Formats: sequence, C-alpha cells, structure tokens
Amino acid sequence: MSALCEFALRMGDNTLILGHRVSEWCGHAPVLEEDIALANTALDLIGQTQMWLGLAGEVEGNGRTADHLAYKRDAWDFRNVLLVERPNGDFGQTLMRQFLFDAWHHPMLKWLSENSAEKRVAEIAEKAVREAAYHLERSADLVIRLGDGTDESHRRMQDALAYHWTYTGEMFEADAVDGELADAGVAPDPAAMKPGWDALVGDVLAEATLAVPENDFAHKGGRRGQHAEHLGHILASMQFLPRAYPDARW
Amino acid sequence: MYAQMVKSTGTLKTREEMDERERAFQDRIDAGEKIEPQDWMPEGYRKTLIRQIGQHAHSEIVGQLPEGNWITRAPTLERKAILLAKVQDEAGHGLYLYCAAETLGVSRDEMTEKLHDGKMKYSSIFNYPTLTWADIGAVGWLVDGAAIMNQVALQRTSYGPYSRAMVRICKEESFHQRQGYSIMMTMAAGTPEQKRMAQDALDRLWYPSLMMFGPSDKDSVHSAQSMAWKIKVSTNDELRQKFVDQTVPQAEYLGLTIPDEKLDWNEAKGGYDFSEPDWQEFHDVLAGNGPCNADRMSARRTAWEDGAWYRDGLVAHANKRAAQRMAAE
Ligand SMILES: [Fe+2]
Ligand SMILES: [Fe+2]
Repeated sequence: MSALCEFALRMGDNTLILGHRVSEWCGHAPVLEEDIALANTALDLIGQTQMWLGLAGEVEGNGRTADHLAYKRDAWDFRNVLLVERPNGDFGQTLMRQFLFDAWHHPMLKWLSENSAEKRVAEIAEKAVREAAYHLERSADLVIRLGDGTDESHRRMQDALAYHWTYTGEMFEADAVDGELADAGVAPDPAAMKPGWDALVGDVLAEATLAVPENDFAHKGGRRGQHAEHLGHILASMQFLPRAYPDARW
Repeated sequence: MYAQMVKSTGTLKTREEMDERERAFQDRIDAGEKIEPQDWMPEGYRKTLIRQIGQHAHSEIVGQLPEGNWITRAPTLERKAILLAKVQDEAGHGLYLYCAAETLGVSRDEMTEKLHDGKMKYSSIFNYPTLTWADIGAVGWLVDGAAIMNQVALQRTSYGPYSRAMVRICKEESFHQRQGYSIMMTMAAGTPEQKRMAQDALDRLWYPSLMMFGPSDKDSVHSAQSMAWKIKVSTNDELRQKFVDQTVPQAEYLGLTIPDEKLDWNEAKGGYDFSEPDWQEFHDVLAGNGPCNADRMSARRTAWEDGAWYRDGLVAHANKRAAQRMAAE
C-alpha cells in the first residue's frame, strides 16, 4: 500500500471512529444544546471520513469506495489512533478525548491545507479545517469551564485527563510511512506537531486549573492496526447491516 | 399528533358569557391576529398552550431516541450523515419549542422536570421500537409525514411565537420525510429480506402513525375550546383523513401493502375509507404501557441526572467569572 493511501486511511479512520463514538451520545446528552452540538460534531467527522476514505480508495485503485473501506475491513486493517476508540464514559471523559484530539487535529489540518504538496490532501484539509477549528474552540472552552467549575466537575475532568493521557503520545509517533510523506512534503513530521500541542494543551489545562499528568508513557499500535478491545465492538455494530446482507444496496 | 389529547383549560363560553377583555381577545383571534407574549390572554389560553407546546417539545426530544437507536448501525456513511442531520434537526425543534413555551412564563427546566415526573406527556408514537433499518425509513415517511400534516396547519395557530416556530420547523420537515421515503424506496426495491423489512415496518407503524392525530373527533373532549382559540386549527379526523389520502398512493408506489383490509377508495367523499386504530392500545400507551415507555423515560431521566454535574459546573464557572469581573471593576 502506498504511503499516501495509508495516510488517508489514518486520517479517515480517526474521524470515522471518533464520529461513531460521539454519535453514541445522541439523545443522551446532559443538556439539549449538547445533543445538538454532539450530533453536529459527529456529522462533521463522518463527512470528513467520506472524503479521506474516498481518497484512500481512489489512491489504492482497486475500486474500493469509502463505504467499502468503512464497512468491509476488519479491525487489523483500521489505522486510527487508540485515543479515538476509548469509551465515552461520562460526558467529561467524552469531552476530554475530543479536546486532546482536536488540539492535534486542527493544527494538522491547518498544516495540510496550507502546505501539502499533494493537491487532493490539501483540498480535503481545506474543507475540514474550519470544522476542526470550531470543534477545538468548543472543546477547549468547555474543558476550561468544567475544570474550573465545581469541585465535582474539576475532579471528573482531572480523572478524564488521567484516563486518556497515555493515549495521546501515539499522535506524534513517526514510522516509515510518515518519513516518506514528510520527505515528499505531503504531510508534516508527526513529532514536529508535538511542541505546538504541548503548548496549546498546557495553556488550556492551566486555565482549567487542571494538572498535567506526569506519566509520559505512550500506548501505541492503532496506526499499524493493533487496537484495543474496543474497536471490535464498534465495528460489530457499525458494520452489522452490510455484513449480514452482503447483496443488499442501501 | 406530537400533541395528543391536550387538556384544554376553560369551558367554551358564548359571547354573552365572556367579559369585555375576553370578547376583545376572541375578536382578535377571529380576525386572524397573532397573540404576542406581552398581550393580555385568558389564563386558560396560556395554560393550554403551555401543555400543547410543551408536549410538542418533549416529543421532539424523546423522538431522538428511536432514531438515535440506528445511527451507529446506519448501513452507509451517507445514510449515517443524513440520519445524524435529521436527529440534530429534531433536537433543534425541541429548542425552538421550549423557547416558545418560555414566552408564556414557564422555564425549560420546569417542563423537563414535569416530563420526568410523568406530569407532562410526549407523543405516543415514540413509545414504539425501531427494530430494523426499514423502521428508520418508515419513521421518516410516516411519522414525519404525520407531523408535517399537523405542523403545516399549526403555522396558522393564534399564538405568535408558536406559529413562527412552526414556520421554521416546517422548512426542515419535508427533508425528513423525503429521506425516510428514499430509504423505503431502496428497501422496497431491494433484496427479498429488505422488502420484508420494509413491509414489516409498515405493518408495525401504520396504526401507531394514525394514532398520532389523537382520538376521533367524537371522543375528543378538549377540541372545541382549543379550536375557538385557534390553538388547534384542524380536527383530529380531518388531519388523519388527509394523511391516509396522501400516504396510500405512496405505499402503492412502493409496492407495499397497508395492513388494513377495509381500506377502500370512497368516490363520494373523495377520500379513503379506512379502519380506526385500536384505541385501547392508544390509551394503554398513553398510560405508560407501550412497548418502550419505561425505556424512553429511563433514558431521559438518566441523561438528565447524569448531566447534573455538567450543568452545575457551567453555572459555577459563570459565577466565578462574574465575581472576578466585579472584583476587577
Ligand atoms: Fe421535528
Ligand atoms: Fe422531523
């Protein structure tokens, strides 16, 4: 598989799996405004998925569509980071996962839209970057407000941070694919995104009166298809219909 | 409808029985004027409206659940995106309607608590389960279809904020019905299993959809006052007839059979004759004994209770910021 195809899968699988997780909230959010906002976020992410997986299928050149890639691959062929498949938990856990991801996703899309040598990548990023900016603005704002809210909301946000923290390092891990893409000017070196992320996350957490966890261990594997137990369950529900009725068109 | 059997407060008065203010109020309504929040209104008008708009709003909110049930299992990315957009719209409708009700002096939190305590209702239709993907098609086609019938009529309702909420909502509803019908078309023209799902969805949801319009006019005790106040603008039976007349040809086009052996075109009345739903079932569902009442209410209560810390956190933060600003000034 080409590096470009691999990259499009990584981007699209992140948005697909996170979109799935966020959509699980539908109708169950703590206030009506959150129901609306979460559905909107999931909708943006699914729209981005269609573009990235569409590109992956096109680059691969075997006639697989975005739907094919979403619905007919098994877990070991998924390339999302482990962070996005982490369970929703309480609203704080969902929100913290979103913020930690958005703080990587937005600068990534911004770089791609401004700098990518691959026109199709730049075009997708251009369409997605405004949505991601809005997601980041919202999630950062809520992390601040809930971190610096009541004792209970503070505790929950601190717990959520601890729960996800060791799953953030994977976003900055580089392998041969990343090296090739960086050399070709298609995508940034993931490690180069880290200082910006540290600064942004540090500022927001400080304003939220939350302590940055000291554990710098990083769980890895998602980007090369080694996932947690969670992904299989996500796929079991997501892929049920096309798998159970392979001859059907929907 | 989304508002079924709304109890109306106040008995229908003759002109002679009305006092001067009541007569002037009724004259404005009869002249087709809109009543606005700052205007004087009879207490019964206000209370009836709160019940009706509140019930309508609650229906939009609870209505997220049966459709949300299939978002994670939608069979294509396109269908998933469309369903997400639809459910998001419904939550938005809930918001417009709560805002309209708030202009009558009742807060959203109060109405929410009443819903959770069983003191306010939502449409019976959302107490039925969505068992297959075809149900998502049938909900859009039939349930949104029935809702549109009512909501189009309610654009002419006498209370300004309610009427304007209906205008906004109606713009989005036709997209909901179209996406539902599009799912039904694909399913009905699909594999034998898909066709079976489509027919099964119609079989299960047909009568519950007819129930959405509420009891037959002859048994509808609260209608007269609501009609006089133009809180209601069409009768239950009128809307139900219109719905059947619109839907039968659509079912025929799909090649599906409406589960009613008595269904027949009546040339004389220019509409279909059809069987009434089982009103005992309707009353059972309203009394809390529908297939999903307990699950729907427990989902809503859990969401509310689990979200208390979130809401409290935001309030506490806002208070801290306000205090900081005060100190800085
Ligand atoms: Fe609606
Ligand atoms: Fe709708």
